[in-house]
Amino acid sequence: MTGADAIVKCLEAEGVEYVFGYPGVAICPFYNSILDSPVRTILIRTEQNAAHAASGLARVSGKVGVCAVTSGPGATNVITGIATAFADSIPMVCITGQVISEVIGSDVFQEADITGAVESFVKYSYLVKDANEIPRIFKEAFHIANTGRRGPVLIDVPIDIQNAEVKKFLYPESVSMRTYKPTVKGNMVQIKKVAAELQKSKRPIICAGGGVLLSNAQKELQTFCEKHEIPVVSTMMGIGVMPTRHPLYFGMVGNNGKPCANRAMNESDLLIMVGARVADRAVNQPDLITNNKVLIHIDVDPAEIGKNVGPTIPLVGDAKHIFADLLEQEIPSGHKEWTDTLNQYKEAMAPKRNPNPAYVDPAGFITMLSDKMQEDAIYVADVGQNQIWSCGYHIVRKGRFLTSGGMGTMGYSIPAAMGAKLADKRRQVIAVCGDGSFQMSMMELATMRQHDIPVKIIVLKNNYLGMVREFQHYTYQDHYSVVDLSGSPDLERLSSAYDMKFLRLENMERADEIIDQFLEKDESVLLECIIDPMDLVK
Amino acid sequence: MKRIYSVLVENRSGVLSKVAGLFSRRSFNIDSLAVGETDDSAVSCMTIVSSGDKRTLEQIEKQLNKKLDVIKVKTFDESSSISRELLLMKIKYNRNNRRDIMEVCEIMNARIVDMSKSMMLIQMCDIPERIQLFIGMFKTISIVEVARTGTLALQKCMETD
Repeated sequence: MTGADAIVKCLEAEGVEYVFGYPGVAICPFYNSILDSPVRTILIRTEQNAAHAASGLARVSGKVGVCAVTSGPGATNVITGIATAFADSIPMVCITGQVISEVIGSDVFQEADITGAVESFVKYSYLVKDANEIPRIFKEAFHIANTGRRGPVLIDVPIDIQNAEVKKFLYPESVSMRTYKPTVKGNMVQIKKVAAELQKSKRPIICAGGGVLLSNAQKELQTFCEKHEIPVVSTMMGIGVMPTRHPLYFGMVGNNGKPCANRAMNESDLLIMVGARVADRAVNQPDLITNNKVLIHIDVDPAEIGKNVGPTIPLVGDAKHIFADLLEQEIPSGHKEWTDTLNQYKEAMAPKRNPNPAYVDPAGFITMLSDKMQEDAIYVADVGQNQIWSCGYHIVRKGRFLTSGGMGTMGYSIPAAMGAKLADKRRQVIAVCGDGSFQMSMMELATMRQHDIPVKIIVLKNNYLGMVREFQHYTYQDHYSVVDLSGSPDLERLSSAYDMKFLRLENMERADEIIDQFLEKDESVLLECIIDPMDLVK
Repeated sequence: MKRIYSVLVENRSGVLSKVAGLFSRRSFNIDSLAVGETDDSAVSCMTIVSSGDKRTLEQIEKQLNKKLDVIKVKTFDESSSISRELLLMKIKYNRNNRRDIMEVCEIMNARIVDMSKSMMLIQMCDIPERIQLFIGMFKTISIVEVARTGTLALQKCMETD
């Protein structure tokens, strides 16, 4: 057995179904071995998207997403995808080919110091120096990626190691690392303190982040807040922790969030931050939120607690375990007066838009689409104005909402939607992007076609890089610079070139009927919506 | 505020760059850094002196703990630890200042470890402040080159160890 065979055996042992990637000489032994394996390979059209697709698959399946690319440019191309996964704590293993061990460091053809380059974007990285180490390294890598605070792990494998003989393949059953033992169970003393503070609180609120979804704690969270009548708001990455129309859910916080959600958080006397980084986009002035309230910060990563804001009670652990423990505490319930007030805010502060009837109104369109989508559909938003509208108007029922929240990587939606679709083929998967972000990933239409991945795509077309244009509108008084997207392709002809169904919506009149056509079959469709180029998210 | 971090790490290639990279990536200061093997050849000890406000110093400890090659992080301030630094300094001397130099070395407990007709090499092991003071005394004499190890520190002996 060769090192490459051993890698494939490791992937099989981990139950990997798909590897997203792009071959090159330095990873060819691996791609040669995988041909005889049940693990399926998906040829992505650019390496960055291999990582995005692995991310989409990981987020829907809860399993580690895997990508494999070649050395040099293959490896450097994948960095943005890895960094995107790192910012959102997505479990991923990225395998990179590397030049022959003995010439590493001599700048030969397609050599890049990838473990060095990617150091600040990975949870851990390995450079394999002995093929016999492959089973241990892969076992550790999958364990590290999908425990504690999840994240990407990179394994760099020189081509001679892939070709080397492995004496005996034995996949370890457990991992033993003296340096890595994440805290999963919350400290009981701290949990009792939380219960005591909750008992005193008149206006408690929970702000849930992506960590709740990563630990699959939606049910526990919902049960807990229903039991004690505690309202919930979320960060962008936390969208979907509760159904959007749940009576205790008050929307996304932050500078692009719902005014009533921000007000609810500000007026609370006790705030439970869970699985959220308290980053600038969600909480503008972190110091202010602790002024008049008790802050309880729950996170599996101790370094997140106290990084941006000093909590009253730090609580390290996995959200699922912690809410399960909290549910066993005796806490008097009921905050009707408080939730009534918030419901008044919700009504009074509902955003008012004056859509231009000559175009598709993104807000109305997205809500109509959400209502027509299958109950457990997966909605993948890209980055730009489309993301903010999606956050504001998409209605989550039992489905998922995926987006690149931490890094804000344009072009995320199409490859991530492909990964999500492969993770659960039964479910409807819809990528919503702008005409800018679409053009960053449109090469993947070929991948969808080649591997028969029926993802539905919506392009909100305004011929502008809308988010930047909006920024220039407010900050530089309409002094638009490098945001005009003239030269974009005709999407109808592009769709037909890729043998894909195409629909166009020019205003809201036919929205109902077009959305029905868009959703009716489990097939790839591209729907172009013409939106007002001057429309603003704020 | 100053703080000393005594960081036990896996003795593997690339670990130093990962730890140093963490400091630059998060804009933490490194006042000094010293690395060496411990009694266990699989473990190295990095002694890092850093400064910053309370939150930063706390973040440094947490971020170090997150690194998967870090086995243990101990932190202490100067009062609860014994710290030492080694200095090697080459200077130019002449007949007129030779006695003075030797006198300063004697007072400061430094040793002249090598000599030629016009140069001498001085060694001194002491706390960083006294090393600084010693170098300062030679500012008027011509210093050829200076090498310092950076601070090494261990917590004072306590029965709880």
